[in-house]
Amino acid sequence: MSVWLSHHFQALVLALKRLLRSPLGSLLSISVIGIAFSLPAGIYVMLENLQAVAGQFSAAPQLSLFLKLNSGEEAVSEVKTRLEHHPNITTFQFVSKENALREFSQSTGLADIAESFEQNPLPDAFVITASSLSSGQLDGLHAELQKWPEIEHVQLDSAWARRLEAMLNLGRLAVLMLSGLLSVALLVVTFNVIRLQILTMRDEIEVSKLIGATNGFIRRPFLYFGALQGAAGGIVGWLIISLGIHLIDEQLKSLMQLYDVNWQLYHLSLEDSLSLLLFSALLGWTGAWLSVGRHLGQIEPR
Amino acid sequence: MISFSQVHKRYPNGFDALKNISFTLEPGEMALITGHSGAGKTTLLKLIAAIERPTSGSVIVNGQNVGTLRSGAIPFLRRNLGLVFQDQKILFDRNVFENVLLPLQVSGFDARSSAARVRAALDKVRLLGKEKARPITLSGGEQQRLCVARAIVNRPSILIADEPTSNLDADYARDIMDMFKSFHQVGVTVLIATHDSELLGNAQQRVFTLRQGELAT
Repeated sequence: MSVWLSHHFQALVLALKRLLRSPLGSLLSISVIGIAFSLPAGIYVMLENLQAVAGQFSAAPQLSLFLKLNSGEEAVSEVKTRLEHHPNITTFQFVSKENALREFSQSTGLADIAESFEQNPLPDAFVITASSLSSGQLDGLHAELQKWPEIEHVQLDSAWARRLEAMLNLGRLAVLMLSGLLSVALLVVTFNVIRLQILTMRDEIEVSKLIGATNGFIRRPFLYFGALQGAAGGIVGWLIISLGIHLIDEQLKSLMQLYDVNWQLYHLSLEDSLSLLLFSALLGWTGAWLSVGRHLGQIEPR
Repeated sequence: MISFSQVHKRYPNGFDALKNISFTLEPGEMALITGHSGAGKTTLLKLIAAIERPTSGSVIVNGQNVGTLRSGAIPFLRRNLGLVFQDQKILFDRNVFENVLLPLQVSGFDARSSAARVRAALDKVRLLGKEKARPITLSGGEQQRLCVARAIVNRPSILIADEPTSNLDADYARDIMDMFKSFHQVGVTVLIATHDSELLGNAQQRVFTLRQGELAT
């Protein structure tokens, strides 16, 4: 057990030494990995922030209920009682056709046109706030109200939130694809770095094999090297995102103050940060493993 | 113990390096393998360390059939062998001490007892004062002694040397051979390949002569 531990400790120390032995080269490959990682992770952070904003606005879904043009007083009171007894509706507000016309002429400044109508073209309407429902249930409510005989049209006002949601999903897919591509890039970077190392250490590997080193013993420092380099790249990526968020946040704050909105950007959560580090370390390890497996077999003593 | 029985080695290019070799080296025995270059001396030693595998026949080292050993077991076979290579295989980016330390690191010795063993090995080959030196600054004889120190630091039961005196003058060569004799005297099995007939002058040990891959008796 202690032999096993000391083997691993030695391998770790050796990997660190190799990383520090050529600081410029290590710095370059770590930067490449960091930049590659900061891109998808940065977009991810932006999406998370957008999601938070969308959540604030779409918290209370609203529906607009337009009655048929020819419906009279009874129809209005009929709908009103039904709405009062509906379990999924918290509040509603009646907007009569007269009020609607007045509001229209005032808000648009098209009073002349409004007066020129021979009869009021606007229907009676209800503005409904549903008790917080998922988009599926909201769709159900929408369909149910649409079936009522007095109703001409039901407008789901949270449609924009769902469009945003759909766009965010699209964005997440893009992040996923980008991550996939850049992960391959990271694998390639590590693969190549390790390949060069193995080539320059050919003699050492050959001698080690001749004096009884197991493949595991030779492989271990390279794997640690890959993992360390990957993790360092992850840290660089994290720092790039932090810097980016800090810079944008400053600007955004002054912009949002102009709109009288207090909005702050979120950083990567601790969980996400750790996942980023672990993932980059794992990718580095995998790249090293592939490279060592490919190239170590070619060095057989003769 | 090393035992060859009807060993045949043909290289992929069709060259028969060894033909029908049979001999047994008892534990603690010392023997020389002589022959012209190309006679198969190096191939024979490579078969013992599982660097090459026999085409047919069996090579038994310490009770293990080396020819059929799975590759995962080869490192553990080699840890019981002390190998001195024809081309030395010194690592020039490390100092003398670190070169001799390598076999101990590989087999997982702890650092403190390793240092003591390395110094003991360097003492035996009289390089103790040069442990911090770079191998490139050593003379040819000193480099060869460094190789011997690396081969014995693991305290192997079998010591195998391929042309250990080839590029040394007579004094140094005798020096190296005396070292091998002293290891033999403390019970190590020693097998040395050499084309240097000078060394055979007052030899009491067994001598195998290879001629074009065959043992001449």
